Amino acid sequence: MVDADTPAAYVAHAVRSYWLIALLWIRAAMAYPVSFWTMLVGGVLITFLDFVAIWLMFTHVDTYGGFTLREIALLYGLTSIAFRIADMLVGSVEKIGRYVRSGDLDAMMTKPVPVLVQLCADRFELRRLGQIAQGLAVFAWAAPIVEWSPQRLAVLVLALVSGVVIYFCVFVIFSTIQFWTTDASEVASAFTYGGNTIMQYPMTIFPREVVRSLTYLLPLAFVNWYPCLFLLGRTDPFGSPDWFRFASPLAALVLVGVTTLVWRQGLRRYRSTGS
Amino acid sequence: MSGPLHPQISLYAAIATRSFRRYSTYTAATLAGIFTNSVFGIILSFAYLALWEQNPSAGGYEADQAVTFVWIGQALLMTVALWSGGSTDDLAERIRTGDIAVDLYRPVSVLGWYLAADLGRGLYHFATRGVAPAIVGALLFGLVTPSVVGAAGFLVSVVLAVVVSFAVRFLFAASAFWLLDATGPRVLLSVLATFFSGLTLPLNLFPDGLRQVALALPFASYIQTPADIWLGRHTGLDMIAAIGLQVLWAVVLLATCALVLRAATRKVVVQGG
Repeated sequence: MVDADTPAAYVAHAVRSYWLIALLWIRAAMAYPVSFWTMLVGGVLITFLDFVAIWLMFTHVDTYGGFTLREIALLYGLTSIAFRIADMLVGSVEKIGRYVRSGDLDAMMTKPVPVLVQLCADRFELRRLGQIAQGLAVFAWAAPIVEWSPQRLAVLVLALVSGVVIYFCVFVIFSTIQFWTTDASEVASAFTYGGNTIMQYPMTIFPREVVRSLTYLLPLAFVNWYPCLFLLGRTDPFGSPDWFRFASPLAALVLVGVTTLVWRQGLRRYRSTGS
Repeated sequence: MSGPLHPQISLYAAIATRSFRRYSTYTAATLAGIFTNSVFGIILSFAYLALWEQNPSAGGYEADQAVTFVWIGQALLMTVALWSGGSTDDLAERIRTGDIAVDLYRPVSVLGWYLAADLGRGLYHFATRGVAPAIVGALLFGLVTPSVVGAAGFLVSVVLAVVVSFAVRFLFAASAFWLLDATGPRVLLSVLATFFSGLTLPLNLFPDGLRQVALALPFASYIQTPADIWLGRHTGLDMIAAIGLQVLWAVVLLATCALVLRAATRKVVVQGG
């Protein structure tokens, strides 16, 4: 098929293909610069109101689930940056059902680029940088409350990278449901957008079972909750082991394995509609 | 009132019925939507409970009222097509392709046609994605139930919510007559509607000034007004005033829609269709 004899060569080929397709869509978007910049700024404003709602909650309370507004901004910023970057990278995966119905997926199967790469790079939207910028702004506003050290900086970087990977996997896993039922794309939103929403709050406001599920079943708590406990120098109110604070890459790695299995099952399940 | 009115009414009823049935064909999508609404309802319920634990009378709501507010919001967001969708999306698409010219020369009011279709859609979404998540909410958290008058007022208010939302969406979709593509305005609308309808936070929790503005805007008709009627915050004359404001917005906005449509018709004719 492709000159992908080794796993490394395969990955290099996938990344290169992704970049080439994405570049195509970036060029297309840049053909209308006014529209592009309007959408980019719009993205900042849209997500800005999202945080305003949390800020308004603090006109009625001083602390929320035992956390101050800036501490929550730290949680919010970290999940938002990771989620929005993943959202930009997965592109059209959410729309698998539509590609199945239209027959476009058949066309993708015949091309010498992995289907997942094609789906993710298709309609790549650079304007989502606006939403990432909002997450960065909220995080930057919260950052001074952390007593930064090289160790904390390292945990932050690992958490960010792991967070992007974790959300990317969540997008892919729950999009594969559409191989079975093509018009059930909204189930994925409950876990992707729902996942981002739930992680914007401190885990202390949820029952223990919810926190356990977000640790062991769908490891979203490793996106921001455990790393932020370390950044803030707080102990876990739920009494989890201390090493969880550094375990984000491990959670991401396990999820990558699960995602690979689920995605392969989904593709195997796929039967063309013939349209 | 017999005579020419009757066939018109049965025509609109037929349009609404067809629209209802069109949406009812997507069973998997509906079930998926019910699941998603329920998940968001659960997340927000815990978020609100934590707020009301700290401040048991925030915004003048009790904790159980606040949780009920969450589920009313989840029940109504698809009913009023808060994030767009519905017959106005068809309208925007038909303006873009030019098919709208056909609609304009039909012997039926374009506004009436699309409104009837949207009411049919709204009824379907209310009966499925409204009622089902509310049952989940009632089982998990227990919800406040209204008086008989409150329930009746709520239903009237929900119908008006769909009409007001329809008129707003219609105006944004009609911008396609001039902009050709209504994607930008539609994104803007969904942001304003999310924030000012009370979906993210009840408007009564907004600080002074912003609250009065938000309550006066048409978006308050979407969720805040029906929810406050359900929760018994508007009773007697106050309920009539709340519904009256919805009626006022409905009339003003629909009249604006008619004016815009007339201006647009002239434009279509000039362009040659």
